[in-house]
Amino acid sequence: MPLYLTALFVLLATALAALASGRGRAANLVGPLGCLAGCGLGLFAAVSALTAPVPPVLRLPWSVPYGAISLTIDPLSALFLLPVFILGAAAALYGKGYLSGLAGKRHLGAHWFFFCLMVLGMALTVCAANAVFFLVSWEIMSLAPFFLICLHHEEDRVRTAARTYLFAAHLGTAFLMAFFLILGHLAGSMEFSAMARVAPDVLGPYAPALFFLALAGFGVKAGIVPLHVWLPEAHPAAPSHVSAFMSGALIKAGVYGVLRSLTLLGPLAPWMGQTLLAIGILTGVLGLLAGLGQGELKRFLAFSSIENMGIIFLGLGLGVLAAATGHPGPALFALSGLLFHVINHALLKGLLFFGAGSVLHAVGHGFMERLGGLSKRMPFTAGACVLAGAAISGLPPGNAFFGELLIYVGGGLAAMDMPLTDAVWAWTGVAGLAFIGGLSVIGFTRACGMVFSGEPRTADAVNAHDPDPLMRAAMWSLGLLALGAALAAPFLFTAMLPAARLLLAGQSTVLPVLPSEVVNPETLLTAAASLTFGAAALALILAFARSRLLAGRSVRSHGTWDCGYIRPAPRMQYTASSYAEPMTVLFRRLLGEKRRFTPPEGLFPATGTSRFATETPDRVKDDFFAPLFSAVLTACDALKRFQHGNLNLYILYLLATLVILLAIALGFAA
Amino acid sequence: MDMISLAHAAVVPVILANLALLASSRLVTCIRLVALQGAVISVTPLIFESGPLTVHTAVLCAVALGLKGVVFPQLLHRTLRRVVVRHEIEPYLGYPLSILLGILGLLASLWLAGRLGVPAASYRSFAAAFATILTGLLLIVTRKKAFTQVMGYLAAENGIFLLTAVLAPGGPLFIELAILLDVFVAVFVMGIAIHHINRQFDCIDTDRFCSLKD
Amino acid sequence: MTARALSVVLPLLMAPLAFAVIHRVKARFAGRQGKPLMQIYRDIRKCLGKGATLSRTTTWLFRAGPTINLAATLAALSFVPLGGLPAAVSFPGDIFVFAYLLAMGRFFTIMAALDTGSSFEGMGASREAVYSCLAEPMLFLALLALARHSGDLSLSGMLAAVSAGSWLTGAPVLALVTVALFLILLAENCRVPFDDPTTHLELTMIHEVMVLDHGGPDFAFIEYAQTLKLWIFAAVATSLLLPAASGSLVWDALWGLAGVFAAAAAVGVTESVMARLRLTRVPPLLAAAGAFAALALILVGG
Repeated sequence: MPLYLTALFVLLATALAALASGRGRAANLVGPLGCLAGCGLGLFAAVSALTAPVPPVLRLPWSVPYGAISLTIDPLSALFLLPVFILGAAAALYGKGYLSGLAGKRHLGAHWFFFCLMVLGMALTVCAANAVFFLVSWEIMSLAPFFLICLHHEEDRVRTAARTYLFAAHLGTAFLMAFFLILGHLAGSMEFSAMARVAPDVLGPYAPALFFLALAGFGVKAGIVPLHVWLPEAHPAAPSHVSAFMSGALIKAGVYGVLRSLTLLGPLAPWMGQTLLAIGILTGVLGLLAGLGQGELKRFLAFSSIENMGIIFLGLGLGVLAAATGHPGPALFALSGLLFHVINHALLKGLLFFGAGSVLHAVGHGFMERLGGLSKRMPFTAGACVLAGAAISGLPPGNAFFGELLIYVGGGLAAMDMPLTDAVWAWTGVAGLAFIGGLSVIGFTRACGMVFSGEPRTADAVNAHDPDPLMRAAMWSLGLLALGAALAAPFLFTAMLPAARLLLAGQSTVLPVLPSEVVNPETLLTAAASLTFGAAALALILAFARSRLLAGRSVRSHGTWDCGYIRPAPRMQYTASSYAEPMTVLFRRLLGEKRRFTPPEGLFPATGTSRFATETPDRVKDDFFAPLFSAVLTACDALKRFQHGNLNLYILYLLATLVILLAIALGFAA
Repeated sequence: MDMISLAHAAVVPVILANLALLASSRLVTCIRLVALQGAVISVTPLIFESGPLTVHTAVLCAVALGLKGVVFPQLLHRTLRRVVVRHEIEPYLGYPLSILLGILGLLASLWLAGRLGVPAASYRSFAAAFATILTGLLLIVTRKKAFTQVMGYLAAENGIFLLTAVLAPGGPLFIELAILLDVFVAVFVMGIAIHHINRQFDCIDTDRFCSLKD
Repeated sequence: MTARALSVVLPLLMAPLAFAVIHRVKARFAGRQGKPLMQIYRDIRKCLGKGATLSRTTTWLFRAGPTINLAATLAALSFVPLGGLPAAVSFPGDIFVFAYLLAMGRFFTIMAALDTGSSFEGMGASREAVYSCLAEPMLFLALLALARHSGDLSLSGMLAAVSAGSWLTGAPVLALVTVALFLILLAENCRVPFDDPTTHLELTMIHEVMVLDHGGPDFAFIEYAQTLKLWIFAAVATSLLLPAASGSLVWDALWGLAGVFAAAAAVGVTESVMARLRLTRVPPLLAAAGAFAALALILVGG
């Protein structure tokens, strides 16, 4: 705990120091260095809390009513601290390089102030053990990104994105307040420990409402469909190190919130698992399908984050369903798998956003249809992105594969053991996860292939180059950590297990020592890791054999085979939207893809007269939220009649309210 | 083979026929599929009969087999030749989506069977029967050609027949025979009606009927 | 131990032969003599002995594609039993590792195709990615049906649990899974009706167009990996259809080989009697495979 508090203190001090050191280079030195130091300390604290036999606890009185500065770093909190501090450090490193060109042009002191505040807020959020304190930390964590997204505030798109983010964050918090107020009222205290002790029969009638309040409030942050609309706007608008942190760590706060609230809701019910599972599949599939329609690299990555949230909720749904129907073995598999995926996604998505940031930095935009051939010009970024893309699609031996494998095996065991009507859900989950994996392969081969492979489609990409050493160091660190997570998968599983057990602690079923008698998870992971790394080693051996075979033989260079066409041009390459076309056509109705087509006319059409364009709008936003908000606006118009501008009338309102409230209160007292 | 695996063996073609019906646009294929499904379903009362074979079950099966397997397809083929349609051109709902709905319907039927507490032995047959009814209704709702709607009607009837065989083995013979006869007459009448619609309007798309409403 | 080694060594040696059987069956259907059965071995050897011509557009990804694909296919092969012979590696949950290894090979094949910048190869890559994305859930559904049927979550275990006796009691389930697996075999190996490996127009190819630019040892790797992949799926499908448990090593091996060659012959017959489907009709067919598997799952019981 002292280490953790020191880390928080360092972050706070850095925030203030950065603010004090002005707009320029000084701030861009103080901010990242302090953030790096704070996050490093925090990382040590998180690891030591993860291995501590008893969770460190701190409780100080606070003048806020019902509030207390109450912190507990139990295994679940410690696990979520890892992505916060890892990405905080890496993003600070990357951000220093990223922002160096902007020193003086933007207020970097303010930028680093809010950045440190965001890291600090999230570090407090995942450890808070008092609802009031939690909400305050949550607000700090939610508000700081607004100012970070606004870095390039002169762009219209950035302002819209920041505003959307702010609205979404506030709506989410409103649900959370309702959630904690009801729960706190039932418990008679705002302490989480008291809330967890509410008797099931008291909680019972409120459980569905509480569950959905938590799901809505935390789901907005996590970006589950249909509450995801802010995410694909905010991530591309923010500077890349901020998007990396938001995507890798911040949206995980939503996952943490759902997990924590499940521990407060007493016995898990099958319908909770089914709801979470359905949301997971919907989020995963729709997230990527919509992502396939996107032409901008960071926007696609944002949709991929939505998809990964889908995988996490799918695992959670499987785990909750299995736990609620008395199958703790599969439940532990799925839950530890989803926790593992939280870490894996943080590392890989951080790396990918850094990669996308390097492309943006070098080229000035991320539109896939105008890029291409970057792997020759920025080989490091290309290699990192392709490998991270393969890994995040769940391919072995990447680290995400091992998390997904645990979810798969949990689903598979559940599908074998459960009665038919429950097993159908597990089957749907497994098939859905496989479909999401396949979609992810399409998405990342598309993104990497269009940006890095082939020839440059326009002149934009010609003069690109790899980023500076600092940014590369940030990418290296995340990449190596991801590799380490893959190699250490069997050991990391042991680290996930206490947190997974914590989630099931409130259940009446007795937990087995190991998740399942049929499958030993450590043997499974060891076997899977040795086999898949064996395959990678085999690939290296084959590559060596290939180079030996070719040694001394003629290896010529030639143009790509053009099927006999005489004058191929880079513009003729397959485009990102053509690449995704078979899938977007298959799900056209679901996606609501819009096509604008002006066909060529006549036998010899003039150049430039025919056009074809496709666009995939966010249907949830256009068809659900937009009408909803305009309906709310219309309804609010009716209130304008009360807005006279006459002070006497306003005071009359106040008086009337007071009298009515008094009457009600007295009436109840009687 | 015991009774359950026999029942499974009967359920498989019924469900596959449902999905194939939803997936196929050729009307000839649809006729064959409904006939095949009907033929399989007509012998199911033999499987679900608990005691020894009674005359009345045998008669029911024979009549059903004759009607569903031979007479209906013949009548329908004849009508098809007269109206010269081959394909359902543009259904209201695409084929992949129809299949998906079909599978969802099957899952819903399974869930319903679980909720109604159908005994384990006839659990899946019940679900298959209910899914067949749903498939029939789906065909009626989502297809444009009057002909395909007749197919849907027949599939729904197949489902009802299987449902009675499952729920009331050796049950009321006369009711079932009466239903069969009703359907027989209905198919007959529809054959004539479709023929006349076709002659009158040069097509059998039911969505064009909307223009008649004034 | 010998049995485990055999189930890897036999495919390594004989997978191209199974491929040759398809050619031979198709040739016979067309009334031709067909090329010698050993020709495919000579082709692979010839390619291995050649130099290479690489496109100027390509990078290391292009060269890595065939190598990684072969390595991944070899690793996946180690999970596959042959007839009564157990697989080299087997642990509960290995079906997921198995499927994802194949996906890993596919990812890098696609990246290699995109690396050339050729629009034809982009087109092939796009189709390959989409079809495999649709086929993968179906494969998992089929394998899960077997898992529930046998109570075992490893590929060897679930296939070993199928015996002649289980066909008597669970014929509908096993038949549905076999049909689903055969459809997935055709889709994953790019055979008719999903793809026509012998077509002569780049526009209509899927797998063949993705490897247009590869030559020399790279192409040998690709060809060999393709024969191995066919073997993998054929072995899985046939050990369902022709369960063997004689207990004798030689007979089990022979029975397994016979099964794989029979499956290859079945592929040949399918290719001879069917035309390739229009591209838009492929997803419904894959959905049909999924429907078979889902139906099997529902019938398994419990």
